[in-house]
Amino acid sequence: MEEHIVIIGNGISGVTAARHIRKLSDKKITIVSAETDYFFSRTALMYVYMGHMKFEHTQPYENWFWKKNRINLKKGYVKQIEAKAKTLHFATGETLKYDKLIIATGSKPNKFGWPGQDLKGVMGMYHKQDLDNLEKYAPNNEVCKRAVIVGGGLIGIELAEMLHSRHIPVTFLVRESSFWNGVLPEGESAMINREIRANGIDLRLSTNLKEIIADNNGQVKSVILEETGEEIACNVVGLTAGVSPNIGFIKDSEVETGRGVKVNRYLETNIPDVYAIGDCAEQHEGIDQRRPIEAVWYTGRMMGETVAQTICGNRIMYNPGHWFNSTKFMDIEYQTYGWVWAQPKDNEARFYWEHEDGNKCIHINYDKSTRQFIGINTFGIRMRHDFFNKVLTEKQSVDYVLEHLLDANFDPEFYKLHERAIIAQFNKENNTNIQLKKKSWKRIFA
Amino acid sequence: MKAIKHIGLVLFIIGLAIFTGTLFTGSFSLTEAELNAFIASKDYKSELIKGELKQATVTNEHLNIFEFSSRVRNAYESSNKHYDALIAKYDEEKNWDKKGEQYQYKIYGKPHTLSYEIAKKAGSGFVKENAGFLWWLTFGLGIIGALLFILPNLVLLGRPGIKNNHIYHQASTNRGWIAWLVLVYLVVFYLLLYFYPDYVVNWTFILDPISKFLNGGSASQWFVYGFLYCVIMIVMAVRMYIKYRHNKYQIIRTTSVLFFQIVFAFLIPEIMTSLNMPGYDFKNAFPLDYDFFFEWNLDSLRESGAIGLFILVWGIVLTLIIVPVMVYFFGKRWYCSWVCGCGGLAETLGDPYRQHSNKSLNAWKLERWLIHSVLVFSLIMTLVTLYCYFSGAEAFLGIKSQWIKDTYSFLIGAWFAGVIGTGFYPIFGNRVWCRFGCPLAAYLGLVQRFKSRFRITTNGGQCISCGNCSTYCEQGIDVRAYAQKGENIVRASCVGCGICSAVCPRGVLKLENGPEKGRINPTEILLGNDVDLMDLVNQK
Repeated sequence: MEEHIVIIGNGISGVTAARHIRKLSDKKITIVSAETDYFFSRTALMYVYMGHMKFEHTQPYENWFWKKNRINLKKGYVKQIEAKAKTLHFATGETLKYDKLIIATGSKPNKFGWPGQDLKGVMGMYHKQDLDNLEKYAPNNEVCKRAVIVGGGLIGIELAEMLHSRHIPVTFLVRESSFWNGVLPEGESAMINREIRANGIDLRLSTNLKEIIADNNGQVKSVILEETGEEIACNVVGLTAGVSPNIGFIKDSEVETGRGVKVNRYLETNIPDVYAIGDCAEQHEGIDQRRPIEAVWYTGRMMGETVAQTICGNRIMYNPGHWFNSTKFMDIEYQTYGWVWAQPKDNEARFYWEHEDGNKCIHINYDKSTRQFIGINTFGIRMRHDFFNKVLTEKQSVDYVLEHLLDANFDPEFYKLHERAIIAQFNKENNTNIQLKKKSWKRIFA
Repeated sequence: MKAIKHIGLVLFIIGLAIFTGTLFTGSFSLTEAELNAFIASKDYKSELIKGELKQATVTNEHLNIFEFSSRVRNAYESSNKHYDALIAKYDEEKNWDKKGEQYQYKIYGKPHTLSYEIAKKAGSGFVKENAGFLWWLTFGLGIIGALLFILPNLVLLGRPGIKNNHIYHQASTNRGWIAWLVLVYLVVFYLLLYFYPDYVVNWTFILDPISKFLNGGSASQWFVYGFLYCVIMIVMAVRMYIKYRHNKYQIIRTTSVLFFQIVFAFLIPEIMTSLNMPGYDFKNAFPLDYDFFFEWNLDSLRESGAIGLFILVWGIVLTLIIVPVMVYFFGKRWYCSWVCGCGGLAETLGDPYRQHSNKSLNAWKLERWLIHSVLVFSLIMTLVTLYCYFSGAEAFLGIKSQWIKDTYSFLIGAWFAGVIGTGFYPIFGNRVWCRFGCPLAAYLGLVQRFKSRFRITTNGGQCISCGNCSTYCEQGIDVRAYAQKGENIVRASCVGCGICSAVCPRGVLKLENGPEKGRINPTEILLGNDVDLMDLVNQK
């Protein structure tokens, strides 16, 4: 009898683990989810509301895929893990035995105890159910005359874009003095402030929520701001002040938790045969310069790829490569490779170039003394992941990166290239004489 | 802005209604002299046809085209029936000489085509006599209305960028009642065009002046189709220019298909005709141009002197050398989404429907069976035709040349490429023909898959599986299936429209032509993870 691997959570982490375990073995696999029948791309929920896609389009695999690959799907809410008996208890009273368990339950939106945070019309933008809720409370600008979004992160700006697509006026409350400036340096952050406002969104920086006021039906009527006491009438409040691991059901089991499920570098918890991956996993210490909890699509996928090896007998450490990430702020695409901190560290020098249209920029971080390239933020210009991964591995200098910027460019053909302007500015600022090399397929595919 | 849009829509619908309404107008009859001249020009041997046609067409009654068509077709039918009866009679009497004689009296040709030819001469009425005015009421209103509907998007769509908002909320683009209505209209349009040309003879009257100006002759139904095709592409290209104004690849590509349609597919053939040359579309490559090797075309080219010979050589070189070499360097996109007329319509009129292509694995299987079958069909047809042409035989390998040409023209040329290919846009997407039916696309696809520098590069590990690329792939390629594995997309069917790259919110996809080595790069562990793990899994 093959081992039974049970995975709680059908997001990118759990599904990646399941796929790789299937590739490597004939183990019995069951994925449990309380959210949806099938895996979908969480990051794509916004496009369903905006009408770019239907929900079914967010599902990366056709429905026959699971049966064909002998991955059992079970819909149900796990209430408790009984580690000693290797048994899951469902809210319905059902039980499920496992030999090995992977916890991949992802995140849930943060709520900070605001008065009124559980009223009707208050929602996060994370689960499929949030999308259904939004469709109910904000189908158009007649039902929802104004929405207030609380929390200036990636989900907040997505929600703003979503509501804006239905012409619903949006007030966007951001605690920080500039959008996402805990992550983005000043120039980039200011650019996104402009982008948000250019789309007609009422962006309120350095502004906190005090409370949410209900009408007679227990539905949102307005919000009160902390700083000014101003009352803003609205029908929907989006809470997007970050996410935290979705591990409420584990708290009273023997599995050790902190903010998330504590795991070692092998993604193992303190209980044998219980693993945790993705958003809900918390490393005892951050790996390299990463945070202990990484709520990012890509890291979830990487942990899934890794844990499958361990479960199938090739025990390996979770050892992510160079940091990368991307998103799209309204119409401005963003990619990052390596590290560009919001504030430069002592050893770091920065180079910032912004296009005159104010919608494109790059920000390069490098070591002052060794000139080693540390990272790049790129806005409105697409860059090649492969290129920067190699540059970081080879510890190349900022000069090398600039010389080979044409190799790095990943914009569609015929796009106007800005590399010359970028290098001219760098040379001028730094008294260097860097010459742009011609694009070389040989180097790109070496 | 919205008001302008609404006014535009109303004007467009009025124009379309008048355009459709003209079909029911006019009065059709011939004078005896006109009929005699027509019959003389036709060289009919039948002794009955003159009387039959006279009875049918020389009249003071006000016949509309439908009544007129019915009478004309009956006239031909009774003439043919008469001789069929004689054939049967002599057959019974075993009088073979007499039987054989009768065949020359029969009149061949499709009834509606015969009827069209007479109707073209017999029509009169407001439309024919006021062609210029009617042009403004139909084409004019349609164009102005459509532009008024489209231009406000410059403001209404918001700032430049991908704005696919509400595509799945609207009846026109989400297979709602509007889409079905458009489907019915398009299908009926193509049925009339291909099988009932006499019914649309009024449309040809509207364009007679333009046709006379361009090629010296009056307009045929094919001139109407070509002209309409260009007009629709121009108007819908304006829509493309606005929608993708941030994307230079789309702008240049749209300009290219527009240029090749207007200049190569429309103007050059018309001008050639006016110079007494065979009208030829120099970009229309065999086997999409399936009748290139038909007897009538070969004869016409042989009779046309130097230019005919040039066309013959060009047509062969185009298919055998230019097409595959270009596909090697640039992928099949150089043809399918930069040059081709079918592709041109799909990329302009069809753009609002691109999301309807079926992405399932079963659809892909069907695609491979169907499109390669059509390719084989077209090649067998051509082989039979050429053999019979040079040997003088009627059949080859037991296949009758006339039969296989007729069958192909009917099933593939008319039904698949026209009625289904374009008619089904609003429900099944804009590339049904290109994906499932086009033999040239099948040929280009084979080259692209096995010997080409073209690929869509996946940008390392950046894919978030959102599905925009797959949703908006007009060829039904599940782009995401590759991108989320970090694999480049190398598929026979990809026409390189570039929309997957445009709609990707993470900058993951790029169409490029590079070295063949590493073009196909199956990956299990994506870039960004542990390098040792990547080596372990990806290189075994």
